[in-house]
Amino acid sequence: MINSELKPLEDLHRALSDFSRLFLVGCAACATACKAGGEEEVFKLQEWLMEQGKDVTGSVIIDEACHIMRAARDLRHHKNAVHEADALVVLACGSGVQAISSNVEKRVVGGLNSMFLGNVRRFGHFEEMCSLCGDCILNETAGICPVTTCAKGLLNGPCGGMEDGHCEVDPEIDCAWRLIYERLQTQQRQGVFARRVPPKNWSRRRKPGRYRLKDGES
Amino acid sequence: MSYLSEQLADGQFVVTAEIAPPKGTNLAPAFDEAKKFVGVTAVNVTDNQGANMRLSSLALAARLQQSGTETILQLTCRDRNRMALQSDLLGAASFGIENLLLLSGDHSKFGDQPDARPVFDLDSVQLLDMTAGLMAGVDMVGKPLNGVPRFFPGAAANPVAEPFELMFQKVAKKVESGARFFQTQAVFERRAMERFVNAMLPLGVPVIAGVLLIRSGKMARFLNHNIPGVKVPDDLVERLDKASDPMAEGIAIARETVAWAKDVCQGVHLMTLGHEDKIPEILA
Repeated sequence: MINSELKPLEDLHRALSDFSRLFLVGCAACATACKAGGEEEVFKLQEWLMEQGKDVTGSVIIDEACHIMRAARDLRHHKNAVHEADALVVLACGSGVQAISSNVEKRVVGGLNSMFLGNVRRFGHFEEMCSLCGDCILNETAGICPVTTCAKGLLNGPCGGMEDGHCEVDPEIDCAWRLIYERLQTQQRQGVFARRVPPKNWSRRRKPGRYRLKDGES
Repeated sequence: MSYLSEQLADGQFVVTAEIAPPKGTNLAPAFDEAKKFVGVTAVNVTDNQGANMRLSSLALAARLQQSGTETILQLTCRDRNRMALQSDLLGAASFGIENLLLLSGDHSKFGDQPDARPVFDLDSVQLLDMTAGLMAGVDMVGKPLNGVPRFFPGAAANPVAEPFELMFQKVAKKVESGARFFQTQAVFERRAMERFVNAMLPLGVPVIAGVLLIRSGKMARFLNHNIPGVKVPDDLVERLDKASDPMAEGIAIARETVAWAKDVCQGVHLMTLGHEDKIPEILA
């Protein structure tokens, strides 16, 4: 999922200083799962805004706020409340914020910072394991991504900062290359150590990404 | 041919030292320091060492090279993408710089500008491969160069890193990618160095041992906590703590390291961190 977290309240306070009437938008997908923009958080935000002396004209939790057409439809259903507001506050990732901002003329204020594509370790614990690089090497690295889980994204083994198999950037974290090495040993194969990995093809990650299913697939 | 490459090829015991570019444009102190490098074959010029922003290593190396000091240009992957690395290497060649130490680089987190975006477009193995390509007359996409650089590329290793076999896999890749010499992280234990040198023997690439001048027990503890890959053994920390003159004790430890390094490997790399005037004592 996309992990996001509430912006510092003082930042939000500043961003909302020009507005007194607000419409709130949450997201039922990722932002709900990481407890940043679901029903509960939208309600808490509403309480906080009212303490600041703001009016809340209404709110909606969109199924997937990043779905541009669905966001448009849900906002139409709340046309009057949206119309009464000076601005919309969106508790969703950056994609969600832009699905909203592309559908309304009014000012849209993002309430969250989007962080990373996160795996769930257990409830409330998230870890980044994939950075969507477009050029996946996992089949050679025993299913552990060095592009993401090595702090330097190295492709040919650990850096000189590895200490007792831990990362120089955060000694609490295992060196990604140690984990890859150990799992490959368990699997009795050389994997990525069998060759010098050439430089990564970053053109596959050219921004902004665009993708369309081919005819017949959709 | 650089002196460094000639002396290593001759089987001589070499001494290298290092110098950090200034934060600012005043090169006078660096030129003064360079004069103190007595008995030194070549001087490493560090590249935003420890991720602290300084004048470019290429600029200082070029100036030193032109004033007659042989340099080893350090180049890291942290601050430049592949295009900038290729450009800088060609630029280095244009100044007559031949010796290179090609590194991944410490993470930006450790330095004075931790908010910087670390690049790491290439890793040290790929940087060595690219350098070999330039020396063969082609850039990274195979386009021919008009004027081909001559380099003596080196790489770094940390002989005490664990797991050893994992660390050594990468060292072997660096040799395949054209590393012609290794300079190691600071080492303090002869046995650890012997293990590394023995593993290196079949690869036939000379090893230069890192020797760090530690001025006090306090400094040793700081290094152990803050510098990735440096581990000062407890008995040496104790020696420095108990010494009435810790600097003299640090010099003695460095001198002992140089003495056993002469039996074990093909040179020493002295890291004196501003105390270049102590080099003659360390080499005595």
